[in-house]
Amino acid sequence: MSGLGIFQDLFSAAVAVGTPILFTAIGEIIAEKSGVQNLGLEGMMYMGAITAFLSGLALTSSGLPSTTALIIVIILAAIVGALVASIHAFLCLSLRANQIVSGLALSILGTGLSYYIGKVFISDPTAIIKTRLTQFTFADAVQIPVVGEILRIFLNQDILVYLAYIMVILVWFYMYKTQKGLDLRAIGENPGAADAVGVNVKLSRYVYVMIGGAFAGIGGSALIISASSVGQWGQGMVAGRGWIAIALVIFARWNPKLVIWGAYLFGVAIALVSRAQVYGWFNNIYILNMVPYVATIVVLMVTFIFSKNKDIGEPEALGKPYDREER
Amino acid sequence: MEQYLVEMKNIRKVFPGGVVANDKVNLSIMKGEIHALLGENGAGKSTLMNILTGLYRQDGGELFIRDEKIEGKYGPKEAIAKGIGMVHQNFRLVKPFTVAENMVLGNRKTIIYDEKSIVSKIEEISEKFKLQISPKAKIWQLSIGEQQRVEIIKMLYKGAEILIMDEPTAVLTPQEVKSLFDILKGMTKEGLSIIFITHKMNEVLTYADRITVLRGGFAIKTLNASDTNESELADLMVGRQLDTKRMIDDGVNIGDVVLKLENVGAMNDKGLPALKDVSFEIKGGEILGVAGVAGNGQKELSEVITGLRSVKKGSVIFKGDNITKESVRKIIDRNIAFIPEDRHGMGLANNLPATDNAILKMYTKKEYGRFLLNKKKIDEATTKMVNDFEIKIPNINCNVKLMSGGNLQKLILARETFENPELIIAVYPIRGLDVGATDYVHRKLAEERRKGKAILLISEDLEEIYKMTDKVAVLFDGQIMDVLETKGADIKKLGLLMAGIKEEVDTNA
Amino acid sequence: MLKVEKRMETPTYLKVVIPIVSVLVAILFSSLILLITGENALAALNTIFAGSLINWQEVLVNGVSLMIIGIGIAIAFKMVIWNIGAAGQMMMGMIFAAGVALFLHVWIPPALLLPAMFIAAIIGGGLWALISGGAKAVWNVNEVITSLLLNYVALYILQFLVNGPWKGVKSMGFPQTDPFPEAARIPTIFPTGRLHYGLLIAIIVVIVFYFLLNKSRWGYEIRVIGEGRNVARYGGMSLAKNIFIAMFASGALAGLAGAIQVSALEGRLSPHMNTDIGYTAIIVVWLSRLHPLVIGIVSVFMGALLYAETSLPAAGIPTEIAKLMQGLILFFVIAGDFFSRYKVKMVKE
Repeated sequence: MSGLGIFQDLFSAAVAVGTPILFTAIGEIIAEKSGVQNLGLEGMMYMGAITAFLSGLALTSSGLPSTTALIIVIILAAIVGALVASIHAFLCLSLRANQIVSGLALSILGTGLSYYIGKVFISDPTAIIKTRLTQFTFADAVQIPVVGEILRIFLNQDILVYLAYIMVILVWFYMYKTQKGLDLRAIGENPGAADAVGVNVKLSRYVYVMIGGAFAGIGGSALIISASSVGQWGQGMVAGRGWIAIALVIFARWNPKLVIWGAYLFGVAIALVSRAQVYGWFNNIYILNMVPYVATIVVLMVTFIFSKNKDIGEPEALGKPYDREER
Repeated sequence: MEQYLVEMKNIRKVFPGGVVANDKVNLSIMKGEIHALLGENGAGKSTLMNILTGLYRQDGGELFIRDEKIEGKYGPKEAIAKGIGMVHQNFRLVKPFTVAENMVLGNRKTIIYDEKSIVSKIEEISEKFKLQISPKAKIWQLSIGEQQRVEIIKMLYKGAEILIMDEPTAVLTPQEVKSLFDILKGMTKEGLSIIFITHKMNEVLTYADRITVLRGGFAIKTLNASDTNESELADLMVGRQLDTKRMIDDGVNIGDVVLKLENVGAMNDKGLPALKDVSFEIKGGEILGVAGVAGNGQKELSEVITGLRSVKKGSVIFKGDNITKESVRKIIDRNIAFIPEDRHGMGLANNLPATDNAILKMYTKKEYGRFLLNKKKIDEATTKMVNDFEIKIPNINCNVKLMSGGNLQKLILARETFENPELIIAVYPIRGLDVGATDYVHRKLAEERRKGKAILLISEDLEEIYKMTDKVAVLFDGQIMDVLETKGADIKKLGLLMAGIKEEVDTNA
Repeated sequence: MLKVEKRMETPTYLKVVIPIVSVLVAILFSSLILLITGENALAALNTIFAGSLINWQEVLVNGVSLMIIGIGIAIAFKMVIWNIGAAGQMMMGMIFAAGVALFLHVWIPPALLLPAMFIAAIIGGGLWALISGGAKAVWNVNEVITSLLLNYVALYILQFLVNGPWKGVKSMGFPQTDPFPEAARIPTIFPTGRLHYGLLIAIIVVIVFYFLLNKSRWGYEIRVIGEGRNVARYGGMSLAKNIFIAMFASGALAGLAGAIQVSALEGRLSPHMNTDIGYTAIIVVWLSRLHPLVIGIVSVFMGALLYAETSLPAAGIPTEIAKLMQGLILFFVIAGDFFSRYKVKMVKE
């Protein structure tokens, strides 16, 4: 394959595998901007994945048009993600639990529950979703060499990838151009100020944590039904992507416009694992498997090192419970 | 006919833990008046206003706004809709946001954030009430005075007709105070009512139309400003005559220089210069007061001396030794005591027992155990502190968060003076304390001075400065404007210095 | 109407009752899930609890690891340093211990081999934890994420070794090392069963760290730092130094647990080691409210639940229910904390 072809292949794979992380990270940005850190992303992704898997198995063979079926699958995964996130919201906002421990509990719980539900499908080779999302392209119109090829990286993908592009823009617009977005950012910076002018801090945080969960659910579903996935359930399949998404939020400084590039950067690290072998660049699968995690750790450290004494953009009230009468 | 805009009748509020903040409080506000709520710290002024603004809910009593009894859901949103706006002592502004963004926070009528129309409305308000502000500036870039202005504009923007100001002058220089009240007076002419919370009698008499005095959670009396005087107010406020005379005798026991700062410069937490070229010295048996509006480098000053903040330039010299670069531990071991501003977050560990808190400074000394701690010795030391300082505590193994503010400060004082320190750095030591505790702290500091100790007293209260200090250094924008002999220092001159203005003609007070 | 009030102090009986009730509710809830999914809940509970009594040795074997790792985690958590990388630190301990057992044993007298393996594991686990701890201390890098992601890195290092350079000649193609020499094995206590003398080490660790954390000068510093960074600085304590030490100690104990496990149970390094125990230990610690002696007791209880993971399939029940139950326990314990911190009262309007 030509150099450009390899480049195109690697990077379009990066966009595809970066998408689940991108969804999850956008959701976490929303939750964290409202002041609630949710370390349960891993668990929510697992729950999204198992939901997508079960509903996908049932719906894609039910006679529904496949696109309709898959859209329903995505919606169901989002709903489940939101429901799981509501547990975290309940613990942290109503029961005033420690956000870190509650997030951990959510990760353990989500992983455990999805493992339990998915148990029977692990050794069943017929349990596979055959009709998954397909790629389609908008880039054919552009016939300019190189530019066209580069465009195809982004514009020859499945509908979830396109949905991710739209979500990045929508979330950015919502956060920075609308009244509700202004209130959202305010409750993460200074909930007292928002409360004093009548913003319902607790309710808003509930809503945004659940929206964050819905995004993580969609992220999890992408691992099952996207064009680049295999459509099978497997224990360990989320493989730390939820944690990478949390690192990504910090790396992107809570900015939805930056998070998209971060997600694709991590996508490259993940895509390298398979592509390096395909192209014979490097063959040791164990070393390759470490790359995404090592890359995340290094990137995270670099982010902190270079923001020393400066503002890393973290919402001021992140992780701090808000209680009006408790000063 | 509508006589009062607001009427609060028999208000009662009890906080978790059983603290009664308000009881049987009555308050009525007329249209177009400036009404002062006067009382000591902890008299229940802020609580009462938080009920009026819907932030708290009263446990008893009735609230009427424009003769309408307030029942059912009444939160901040409803209060604003009724035209009640409050400017809190610590501003409710979102620091990374612009002025314009802060205006419309929580607005329910709009969907899209429309900066242009917000800016023009801000300009309209600032024109009408003479409140200059740049709508697109970020809050963190503004001075404290400007931030206060933003808060006022914000309330007007939301259509407030009754404006509550919580201790509005605490953060202002005397000159800024005057211009603030000029603005407020102008607002009453436009039909607005102002309620301001304070504990300063002179302001009340100068600027208020009517005064309601609160004490210990009760409303004692409402009077017309023109019918009363300072001593009557003082009687009502503290229940006894206020003692304003100097608590220390003239320099009797002055020793050698204990602490000397030479051209010290340091940064604040944001990395901006907070101290510039600060120089002064304190001798044994002397109390040097640092006067100034909070946020002009006081916190940083206390921290460079105690090693908590790195010094960028200049040097800190303690009894002839350069301690500029020494660690906090080393400085503690040099017997320098520090009574910090933040009692809960810094001076004490809330969820640990009194014993753990008592040894915070001396736990490294071998008599308390080299490896395993010597519980017996620790208990003895704690018991001694509790007894010597009359600290009220169920037992010494009790968590300190159960103690009252006054007792917490006594515990800190007891600990800091336990090892007979050479130098005491005290930052706002009486903040939030009642009269009794304030008096206790002052007597203890005076006692240490008599023993020949050097004391740096950072204060936000000029009364305290006059009462307690031998000399006063005025801190403005990280610089020492001047150091004066306290006795006979001109208050007007101090005010100007606090505002950063050095008079050309030195009156030589 | 219900009214929530903050408690100034939690009554002692509640400190005991609430966690126990939380655990019971979690077990009840898991049974409900089993029933809904058509499993025999009674059989499952019977397997978990009666089975644990019969196979008490296996329960204690798990308890050994949980105690040692749990104490390590508690050290970090007490300082409000969220070390959730015990699994990876444990693996590094296994790797270091295995390295000594496999390659250095010829130079070490047999009697000193085990101590040498322990020391190596302590260093390995400690240094691995210091990657996150150091970054936290120096640059304030979020230790939650780094310590967790390092678990994956450690796992792949382990896999790399047993599939590559350390793959045993006698391993018949399996990804594992050769068996350790006899001197590198911790002996079992009884002629039958797997319970080994690591239990003594665990008990010693619990007792020693109880004194260290509750009675020593070091423990005092940890307590104060955990209360707040400012008050610790004010008291002249070095934050960075203490984070270094605590994180090293935390990882070192996880590493030690790894060495004990690899030496006592398998006698060789393989990727099938039970490293999930590193996550279970977090639940133990939270359930114990970070108290060292309580960790000792709760570890045994959780050890039973872990043992059930291996015994449940024999009873025809998905082993995953044990994992789910762990998650539920943590969930209900967190929820239960609310009732120890707040009082809920009925108030008549």
